[in-house]
Amino acid sequence: MTATTLYGLCGAALVGLGLYGLICHPGALRKILAFNLLGGGVFLLFGVIAQRGGGALTAAGLGTDGDPVPQALVITGLVVAFAATAIAVALLRRLATASRHSTLDQAPPGDPGP
Amino acid sequence: MEPMQSLYAQIAALGGGLLILPLMLPVAGLLLALALGGRWARGLALTLLWLGLAVALAIAATVLYGAAPLSYTLGGWAPPLGVALKADGLSAVLLLLSPGVLLAVGHFARRGFEPLDGGEETRKSLAFWVLLLGVWAGLNTVALAQDLFTLFVALELLTFSAVPLVALDGRPETVQAALRYLLFALLGSVLYLLGAVLFYGSFGTLDIPLLAGRIGSADALPPAVALAAALMTAGLMAKTALLPLHLWLPPAHAGAPAPASAVLSALVVKGSFFLVLRLWFDVIPALPGLPAATILGVLGACAIVLGNLVALGQVRLKLLVAYSTVAQIGYLFLIFPLAAGAGSGLALTAGTLQIVSHACAKAAMFLAAGIIAYALGHDRVRDLGGIARALPMTVLGFALAGLSLVGLQPSGGYLVKALLQSAADLTSQGAWSLVPLAGGLLTAAYLVRVLACALSGPRPSIVQGPSRPQEWLVLALALASLLLGLLPPEVFGLIGIGRTSIDTAALVAGALASAWTWDSLTGSIAPVLGVATLVLLLKRRGLPTAGLIVTRTDAALRQWAIAGLSLLTLTLGLAAGIALGR
Repeated sequence: MTATTLYGLCGAALVGLGLYGLICHPGALRKILAFNLLGGGVFLLFGVIAQRGGGALTAAGLGTDGDPVPQALVITGLVVAFAATAIAVALLRRLATASRHSTLDQAPPGDPGP
Repeated sequence: MEPMQSLYAQIAALGGGLLILPLMLPVAGLLLALALGGRWARGLALTLLWLGLAVALAIAATVLYGAAPLSYTLGGWAPPLGVALKADGLSAVLLLLSPGVLLAVGHFARRGFEPLDGGEETRKSLAFWVLLLGVWAGLNTVALAQDLFTLFVALELLTFSAVPLVALDGRPETVQAALRYLLFALLGSVLYLLGAVLFYGSFGTLDIPLLAGRIGSADALPPAVALAAALMTAGLMAKTALLPLHLWLPPAHAGAPAPASAVLSALVVKGSFFLVLRLWFDVIPALPGLPAATILGVLGACAIVLGNLVALGQVRLKLLVAYSTVAQIGYLFLIFPLAAGAGSGLALTAGTLQIVSHACAKAAMFLAAGIIAYALGHDRVRDLGGIARALPMTVLGFALAGLSLVGLQPSGGYLVKALLQSAADLTSQGAWSLVPLAGGLLTAAYLVRVLACALSGPRPSIVQGPSRPQEWLVLALALASLLLGLLPPEVFGLIGIGRTSIDTAALVAGALASAWTWDSLTGSIAPVLGVATLVLLLKRRGLPTAGLIVTRTDAALRQWAIAGLSLLTLTLGLAAGIALGR
């Protein structure tokens, strides 16, 4: 088994764990963490594709040894995932202090006003 | 005339350089508003939106009269290493629509989102305007970007600006709705990103024209391609809230303050749908095939029927309007099975017109519902009695917007129906054209139910009345949607620019040609009158058993676990459909 295949399998495992957590765990914090696992799996896949080569560089005829484009994409992707986590945690903290609820499926307290 | 022509010549000479402005204006405004604080945010946002509307008009005029798309490569770096911007007809429509609706909503929100009397900043007076600019920046990038990853960033910008709009007033139930929206949208974005990376791994580029060329010229497609396309489509559907994935939409759209609901329902869900159009018509035009397109069409049809039925049973007006959005999103996805072969131009035109028409109509309805909720202090449909006496213009705006959704001549809704009908005839799939007919009648039913309550009874006491401009804005948005069909046919030619052999102006003219015949008029008005009579006769009766079944089905579909599993099943189904259809 090559290192690339191993990384690919790890990425797939992370995606699977993340999907399971995001769909099955009722707690919102668990869902946020699961989203990060899921994102980690996808980013690992970016790494696999960069390592394997065959992307933009090959297409431009500049060799196959490591592709910088997915690496640049991963950095942007990490920033986006970080921002998403920050917003989600901020909302969850607000929800927890305002209503002492931290799940998404139970009916929230209070009268649904206009 | 002379100065106008020279002005046009100067604008046309700018060419692709114009495309930087729609990206720069909102982002610069967003940063400036944060620096200047809540006292200036409102004025800044509105000024920039007016400027942005002028720029969008210039771009649309250049694209329309030049009959060719504008493009620009950032920093002079051509794809695949650089990133390109391009404005074809579709982009020009979205570029025009977003500042148009945002301006109407922004002027509506001048009251309610202003700084305190002393000029002091409140959360609403800063956050609302900054988020409005964020939504605008996201939509403009969605319209112009030509790179799947740039589009991912644009989608995230759109989502991150839209989610806090839901929770502006900080009540626990709206915070919960916002969190639910955010987490489900994030699941959608991850699937989209996974699809994009699979495309990159297979073809070594994310640039749409290059990718389309390589997919088109490949002899044997790698198996990852069907999965990639399915993942991206499913992710975008989660963000657009197509039926089994609509768990987040009703609480988020109904709980937000009225101007925020209007933006969310009119524009934000259209951003992700616009990307579905891009994906299916530009990236993989030859790939999907009928089985996958049929899945989308069937879900669209379910959304229309179930969404409208649930709307009919709603107790609260804002939730009713939110479920009407769930139904209207169905029309957007109905175009895909009809886009096969010769129907492609008709379907694309119908989809684009539905984006525009529903955006104006739904913004009007949510703003009207907001005015009514503030005026009465509640929005229970049953207790709306006599509100039409107190707020005649608002109720008129609500009714006219509703008529556009029903699809009476010459509204955008009518054009969509007529185009879908011709596409169904052309591709011999007549059954699909029954769905918009049924949808129109169900829409008429809940519209009549609301109006019957609003028109009967004595004048109620008003807690907080709207300002005159607010009522005019509602009416203007409703009329924009209702009178869409009266625009000169050449304008509709804009939609097809940048696509070979699609003359959208002629298609729309064809759809309008028979609009005013006696048969067509009676054909659309008589059933609506029939439904109206039926609703009025049954008004005193309670919710029938069938209503309970529909409500329970909807509640079950909106369970988080069920929606998540539907998303995964849908992805696999689409992948299988695409692989089979090739």
